[in-house]
Amino acid sequence: MENKQPSFYEEVRGDGISRKDFLKFCATMAAFLGLESSGIGQIVKALETKPRLPVIWFHFQECTCCSESFIRASHPIVADIVLGKISLDYQETLMAASGVQAEEAYKAVMAKFPGEYIVMVEGSIPTENEAYCCIGGRSAKQILEEAVQNCKAVVAWGNCASAGCVQAASPNPTGAKPVHKIISGKPVINVQGCPPIADVMAGVVVHLLTFDRIPQLDALGRPKAFYSRRVHDTCYRRANFDAGLFVESFDDEGAKKGYCLYKMGCKGPVTYNSCGIIKWNDGVSYPIQSGHPCIGCSEEGFWDNGPFYQHLPSIAGFGIETTADKIGLGLGVATAVGVAGHAIYTNIRKKKEITNAPETASETEKPKAL
Amino acid sequence: MRSRTLPMREVHVWEMPVRVYHWVNALCVTVLCVTGFLIGNPLAFMKGTEAYLNYWFGTVRFIHFVSAFVFFFNFIFRTYWGFVGNEFSRWYNFIPLKRCQWKEIINVIKVDVLQVSHKEIDSIGHNSLASFIYFLTFLIFLLQCLTGFGMYAAMSTAFLPKLFSWIVPFMGGDMHVRQLHHILMWGFILFAMVHIYLVFYHDYIERRGVTSSMIGGWKFIEEDVIERHENRSEDCPKD
Repeated sequence: MENKQPSFYEEVRGDGISRKDFLKFCATMAAFLGLESSGIGQIVKALETKPRLPVIWFHFQECTCCSESFIRASHPIVADIVLGKISLDYQETLMAASGVQAEEAYKAVMAKFPGEYIVMVEGSIPTENEAYCCIGGRSAKQILEEAVQNCKAVVAWGNCASAGCVQAASPNPTGAKPVHKIISGKPVINVQGCPPIADVMAGVVVHLLTFDRIPQLDALGRPKAFYSRRVHDTCYRRANFDAGLFVESFDDEGAKKGYCLYKMGCKGPVTYNSCGIIKWNDGVSYPIQSGHPCIGCSEEGFWDNGPFYQHLPSIAGFGIETTADKIGLGLGVATAVGVAGHAIYTNIRKKKEITNAPETASETEKPKAL
Repeated sequence: MRSRTLPMREVHVWEMPVRVYHWVNALCVTVLCVTGFLIGNPLAFMKGTEAYLNYWFGTVRFIHFVSAFVFFFNFIFRTYWGFVGNEFSRWYNFIPLKRCQWKEIINVIKVDVLQVSHKEIDSIGHNSLASFIYFLTFLIFLLQCLTGFGMYAAMSTAFLPKLFSWIVPFMGGDMHVRQLHHILMWGFILFAMVHIYLVFYHDYIERRGVTSSMIGGWKFIEEDVIERHENRSEDCPKD
């Protein structure tokens, strides 16, 4: 297969992309991946010599925003290679084939490239009743379990595949579970976000191709190159946070001055992503730069830690917008009332001890009489 | 002048390290709660100025972190003292593993909380219910250290905070850790309210000088209580 398949480079040259643009792309990717300058050469060599990665790309319970994000990568080369040619393999949204032909394409990848192909998953998998997500008469769980058996690695795109996202939010009617909770024995890369940043997705693909191994992951399975720092730590408004300058409503003076959005519910301090560095749409902007707090979309359970515009999450079971502070204050008042009540009660019940008139009074007052 | 003479003896209950621990802890908890509250819900009292001119919120966080380190090492020291200190500070007071400790807990509830009985409680140090509540607060201390340093680990390169870097993934993310850290803070506030009230209550009822005992270390204890304490059965240190 090594010689028959055209390499990445050959494919993009065939699409009319100049060598200069190709090199620019390699340098950009090396920078995103945090490689030293010699890494650029490694990427160039890998893309020039290695064939395109065989990919099976599934859509389960999701909204396709990961694919939408990917095809908007600031540098279109990766999307061109992976998505432009992906109809050769299997990608439900973009492939030309349908029905029997689609199923054949999917089976062909597994047969032709055992141990070589990458399974990329968008969406969570229902476990409560597997019928909630069926493709070609088989459930998402069955399809995934079959596909990963001979794969090289699994890439879980977005919050759905990495943590369940909105489908897994309470009360999780479909019993939605992320990929890493369904399969075992294969490396899973959680490319978090709702959707993930296009360049992060491209970076993961390039890393897989160049180094032939999965990137270094954090303890939640996310590539460290992109998810090791908080949005807060890389935020250009961070100085306002330390200075104690906060926006208090979306139309106040602080908002105009670009103060910190912490009090507007910004989840930047609890969210690991590279929005503040790589940004979105070819580096144009990202939510905080547009004046909106971070909603924490690359974190597990972010839907259940809302509302978005309040930093302290509501506590389930106590009604909407009941935070720990409201409950705490209520308990504090109850405690104060309890303490005051007990003090009054004590003065009534323990009058004897307090007024110093125990039954042993005569005995204890003996020394006085002496 | 109203006065009375009682057959009482002074007992050295709280050794110096226990007293120092107590007040360092009280100071840390107060500072941590106040700064923690501000961090959770900062006052936006400044307007119309530039970020480079100010650093008050950074200072609040700095104070919180420094107090956290002091609190943490103080807590570790107290745990150590639970194995080497005098009989009133030893660990076995705090964990009710013996039947007599549970009996005393029920008695304290009857005598001091519900006040349906007027039996005397013989304890010289903490009574068994108080000790058990302190044990629960130690667990909250532990959880607060774990969640606090767990969040701190992400912005530190130092050895000690890095030891806690497994907490955040273990709990599934910073959001959950932060929420638990915030809820537990209320545990400290509620505990402090009841604790201070009960110290006053016991001093008011028993007049053993329990409030000042945490300053000087000495308590007034009735002779017969000491006698019973000294002749207690061996398997039960509190009976």
